[in-house]
Amino acid sequence: AARLSGGENRLVSLPLSRIRVIMKSSPEVSSINQDALFLTAKATELFVQYLAMYSYKHGRGKEKNALTYSDLSHTAEECETFQFLADILPKKILASKYLKMLQKEKQDGELGEDDEDEEDEDEDETVDEDVGS
Amino acid sequence: MAERPEDLNLPNAVITRIIKEALPDGVNISKEARSAISRAASVFVLYATSCANNFAVKGKRKTLNASDVLSAMEEMEFQRFVAPLKESLEVYRREQKGKKEARKDKDKKTDSEEQDKSREEENDDDDERMEEEEQNDEEELDN
Repeated sequence: AARLSGGENRLVSLPLSRIRVIMKSSPEVSSINQDALFLTAKATELFVQYLAMYSYKHGRGKEKNALTYSDLSHTAEECETFQFLADILPKKILASKYLKMLQKEKQDGELGEDDEDEEDEDEDETVDEDVGS
Repeated sequence: MAERPEDLNLPNAVITRIIKEALPDGVNISKEARSAISRAASVFVLYATSCANNFAVKGKRKTLNASDVLSAMEEMEFQRFVAPLKESLEVYRREQKGKKEARKDKDKKTDSEEQDKSREEENDDDDERMEEEEQNDEEELDN
């Protein structure tokens, strides 16, 4: 029996066979009945919609009429329900900020150093060596 | 069964469509955001499966069933999904029943050899039925 192809009228859009592959990749799972497979696929669709909508509503991307990565990682960090995603949606920072963080850590670890670098406020890529006096 | 990395991902086109359905018209979805949501969806499946499996184990069963998945949703704090899922399940079950009956009718018209074959089909793991539902199903389904 051929099913309607082209998605929009189907009860579920995500392919059950692919969902099944992902589920079976868990070693502790022996078998999955057809209803459970269908429900997992449908739940995943609801999840995608919820994650997208929540992130858009609570994020800053909508200031530019967009949904951005940062909206998503913000959701993973701030919302308890989505915290299981925190590891795969880490926050991103500028390379220059990261380098400054490293420097600061180094300074904090060394006593009696002059904080000459703190005066340097601009965002350029060059990192001043802490020469020390 | 060795899975290729892309097998654990969900199709981009479908994910994109589902996202668009959830957002107001005209909102731009960055490629990075789309890819992140896709990864999140795969992780969700794994998490839900593991959670559902715990309920099956508690019930001393080896096969995940519908109630295991619904219990998992509550456990994961997605109670909001339970009612719509139950509704969809009713529709799905009716559809499956309809298809099964259609096959039975078809078989009555053919000779008895065919009938034996369909009895076999109903006994196995529902893999064959799934194949009918998919558009392009070349994957080897186990069991």
